Amino acid sequence: MTSILILAAKEFRDGLRNRWVAAATLLLAALAFALTLLGSSPTGLLDVKPLATTVVSISSLTIFLVPLIALMLGYDAIVGESERGCLLLMLTYPVSRTEIIVGKFLGHGAILAVATVVGYGAAGAAAAWTGSADAESWRAFGALLVSSVLLGLSFLALAYLISVLVTERSTAAGLAVGLWLLFIIVFDLALMGFLVASKGAMGREVFPSLLLLNPADAYRLFNLSAFENVRKISGMAGLSATAHFAPAVLLLSLVAWIAAPLAAAIAIFSRREA
Amino acid sequence: MAVIAIDNVGKTYGTHAVLDGVSFSVPEGRCLALIGHNGAGKTTLMKLILGLITPTCGKITVLGCDPARAGKEFRHALGFLPENVAFHDELTGTDTLTFYARLKGLGWPEVRPLLDRVGLLHAAERRVKTYSKGMRQRLGLAQALLGQPKLLLLDEPTTGLDPVSRQEFFGIIRDLTAGGTSVILSSHILTELEAQTNFVAILREGQLAAFGDLDVLRAEANLPVSVRIKGNAPAIAQGLNGSYHKVLGPDRGSIEVDCPAVQKMALLRTLAEFGDLCSDIEVRVPSLDDLYLHYSGRPSVTIEETGS
Repeated sequence: MTSILILAAKEFRDGLRNRWVAAATLLLAALAFALTLLGSSPTGLLDVKPLATTVVSISSLTIFLVPLIALMLGYDAIVGESERGCLLLMLTYPVSRTEIIVGKFLGHGAILAVATVVGYGAAGAAAAWTGSADAESWRAFGALLVSSVLLGLSFLALAYLISVLVTERSTAAGLAVGLWLLFIIVFDLALMGFLVASKGAMGREVFPSLLLLNPADAYRLFNLSAFENVRKISGMAGLSATAHFAPAVLLLSLVAWIAAPLAAAIAIFSRREA
Repeated sequence: MAVIAIDNVGKTYGTHAVLDGVSFSVPEGRCLALIGHNGAGKTTLMKLILGLITPTCGKITVLGCDPARAGKEFRHALGFLPENVAFHDELTGTDTLTFYARLKGLGWPEVRPLLDRVGLLHAAERRVKTYSKGMRQRLGLAQALLGQPKLLLLDEPTTGLDPVSRQEFFGIIRDLTAGGTSVILSSHILTELEAQTNFVAILREGQLAAFGDLDVLRAEANLPVSVRIKGNAPAIAQGLNGSYHKVLGPDRGSIEVDCPAVQKMALLRTLAEFGDLCSDIEVRVPSLDDLYLHYSGRPSVTIEETGS
């Protein structure tokens, strides 16, 4: 246990030192602020609280940005150390391979969590301060923060899986970009094409379940449908998919998207030769 | 008890046998020099001893257990300095060593004396990226010495060290072996090893070409002693008759004579009788380089049996 904490602390401090934490926090905060300011102007027509508007726009931003940050943060976690020659030495220390993966993951996860919570938190506070925010909006915003961190962690876990699978950093970087394209762009397009091709025949039965196969879609569904006043502006009020999944199920699927790739990464890393 | 016992070990990657049928053992408190060309299997052997990889066949016992399955106590008793050791550039020397110390359950009280011992105390608060190659190597050595390991494995430890640092380095190794630590080090700078250890293992294409005491290996190899004589070379050559393999120097002012080790004294007595014909005599016994060339299967000088 102490080894895990030592490794996590080192990873986090490295993140502070090489400005990863600062850069990611500033990027997320700046974009969130921009969306908050834009988002508060057109709200006069609907009975929507500005903070709820912010939740919708920030969650759309998160889907593109947070997975990318997570993948860039994590793709060289193992393969980079291996290429630099640090990993060989680390493995001769009284540290298990599981502890190495979990420790580094927690460190990188903390970087991601700090950037998300501080960056978005600042924007959320600004939105609440300038406009009005009721209790449910605050809950929706809290849920946004938690689920955004979970989304980031799921892509971080996928990045770790890439990192133990390949032997070269450049391959890992390429795969990370490919994975981002696949989950963020291609998956939804393919799903739409699939829906059109099948003329909506299998829509009600299969389609919602297919959304759980992508952590980004689970995240989107969760944030756009979990709270009443968010549903109003997200246009999700009548969507059939929401009937299928309780918010808890969507969150659970995000957790599964963290646990499964990480477990696979640990299993592969423990079996492979140094 | 043997600290390391290697029994008929082989390691194959795909169809390529990196190690094949290697057997030897290292007693406690000895320093074994592992020598061989690049690709002879030195690093692979070290990885096997460290338990980072498992042998394709054969059995390895290190400190009484199987290194690939051993628990954390085993790793506490190990020190390792990899070839081309790399540290995070942004960390200071102290931070780097403290990080590794904490992984072994140690702290600053152990870190400071080690930094002092490898001569890095003055640079301890500087970032590693400002370190020279030699300083990084010293930091690597300090890291390997954390927790007073029973077994120390050093892969090419003296590359990048200047002659003074090298002497200090071997001084540390001598202290350690005197204290009962077993050391295995690989190197390709053979001349410097000779003065430090007389216990060697020579690897050739994954096989153990020679193992044991340097003096015994030297006797077995029966390499010629080379005697270089200055003076009236043609006259000396004539005086020596056809007894030895001789090479005349380019200026005819010197001559080089190879003779089997057992005939060395006889040759020297003969030369002494020549009186003023010889102005200077230099005797060169086969070095570790010569032995290495002999056992690693590269062409080297062999005794020409010319008879007398």
